[in-house]
Amino acid sequence: MQGLIDTFFNIAVMAQYLPKVLEGMVITVLLAIAVVLTGLALGFVLAVVRSAGLRVVNVLIVLFADVFRAVPPLVILITIYFALPTVGLRFTGFESAWIGLSLVLAAFAEEVIWAGILSVPRGQWEAARSSGLGFAQAMRLVILPQALRLTIAPLTSRAIVITKNTALASVVAVGEILYQAQAAYSFSYNPSPLTLGAIAYLVLFIPLVWLGRWVETRFAWKR
Amino acid sequence: MKPPSGAQPLLELRGLRKSFGASEVVRGVDLAVVPRELVFVIGPSGSGKSTLLRMCNRLEEPSAGEIWFEGQNILAPGTDLNAVRRRIGMVFQSFNLYPHLNARDNVALALIHVLKQPREEAHARAVESLRKVGLGDRGEAKPAELSGGQQQRVAIARALALEPAIVLFDEPTSALDPELVGSVLAVLRELRSAGMTMMVVSHEMGFARGAADRVVFMESGRILADGPPETIFGAGAPQRIREFVASVEHR
Repeated sequence: MQGLIDTFFNIAVMAQYLPKVLEGMVITVLLAIAVVLTGLALGFVLAVVRSAGLRVVNVLIVLFADVFRAVPPLVILITIYFALPTVGLRFTGFESAWIGLSLVLAAFAEEVIWAGILSVPRGQWEAARSSGLGFAQAMRLVILPQALRLTIAPLTSRAIVITKNTALASVVAVGEILYQAQAAYSFSYNPSPLTLGAIAYLVLFIPLVWLGRWVETRFAWKR
Repeated sequence: MKPPSGAQPLLELRGLRKSFGASEVVRGVDLAVVPRELVFVIGPSGSGKSTLLRMCNRLEEPSAGEIWFEGQNILAPGTDLNAVRRRIGMVFQSFNLYPHLNARDNVALALIHVLKQPREEAHARAVESLRKVGLGDRGEAKPAELSGGQQQRVAIARALALEPAIVLFDEPTSALDPELVGSVLAVLRELRSAGMTMMVVSHEMGFARGAADRVVFMESGRILADGPPETIFGAGAPQRIREFVASVEHR
């Protein structure tokens, strides 16, 4: 029993590496915020552009959404960080993770928002357009307010999933929670920093999961 | 209220056709509506009457033909469709009110964003428009809180607030419970006495008899008869029309 505590809950080791893990938490939070803002914004723009019905553009958007939903996020991160420099595109680890995870979130968000736009009855478009509103006005004033309400719950759960994927950034040398915990583990030869990392994730993400549950009950299929 | 014969048409359809894939649902229609006229379009389901109406403001794109509105061919390239549509009101079978906006904002939306009226002015005009359909006190109500008849009257107020030259009605009472139909028809009757030009697709034969200036009977995408209600509903009308009218009135 004492052995177990010394191995996984070693207070001395934990205290020593706590500042590093806290540093990692800050990076995790910054990366998560950057990814959620960029990914949702890009997904939103793509869904709105898609509804304009330009055939060639739409083929590209669907291709983008399918590829980035199909390929594992880890593969995307590694490609951006390790492979793109060979063609002269160099990104820091943080930038790679930001770009890669944003693209993945954008792909899912585009599909969710597109489905929301489709779910608004055709008659809403017809009423808006027949009163002289242009396409963009009808979209902004009539369609999106109805469509987005339906997308809030699925987008929230998608955003939570992608935020947890910030742990993948440890692979491209971003000093977020998992990276710091692993580094501390190899310095100290004691896995307690990993426990600390797990606690850090719980502290950050349990409230988010609760928020997601609240949002789901608050907005689920109510008109 | 019968318009003077030979008046310049406000809306004129010439050789209008519409195909969906291989099936042609409107097969060459010529029809003119003069100012202050109430034209009723009747016919069996699938006769192309709704499609015809929806082509008048290009919610459906005609496959061939011409549409002249206020002296302008609105199918010509470069036509400002939004400018044309603000002059043509449209009322739908399923109301199509915006569910996220209250009645007043449903009416005010186009006033603010199409006519560019200041918000306060648009709101005042919206309430005034609602008052004309007997709903001046329901401006704050969301569509879901209104009965079908009330919703359709809000939709009519929404169309009228833009002060259109003509209003198109696409089966305005078909989705209503029978006891609510009267309130909507009463609004149509008032519009007619106020001199509004209207084209109405509907199965309300009794109303057409009493209120229409002209009744157009459509079947299989063509106009079979076009004349005053006395003629269309009279004993001398073609057998096919008498059958249709009887079948609708005894359903």
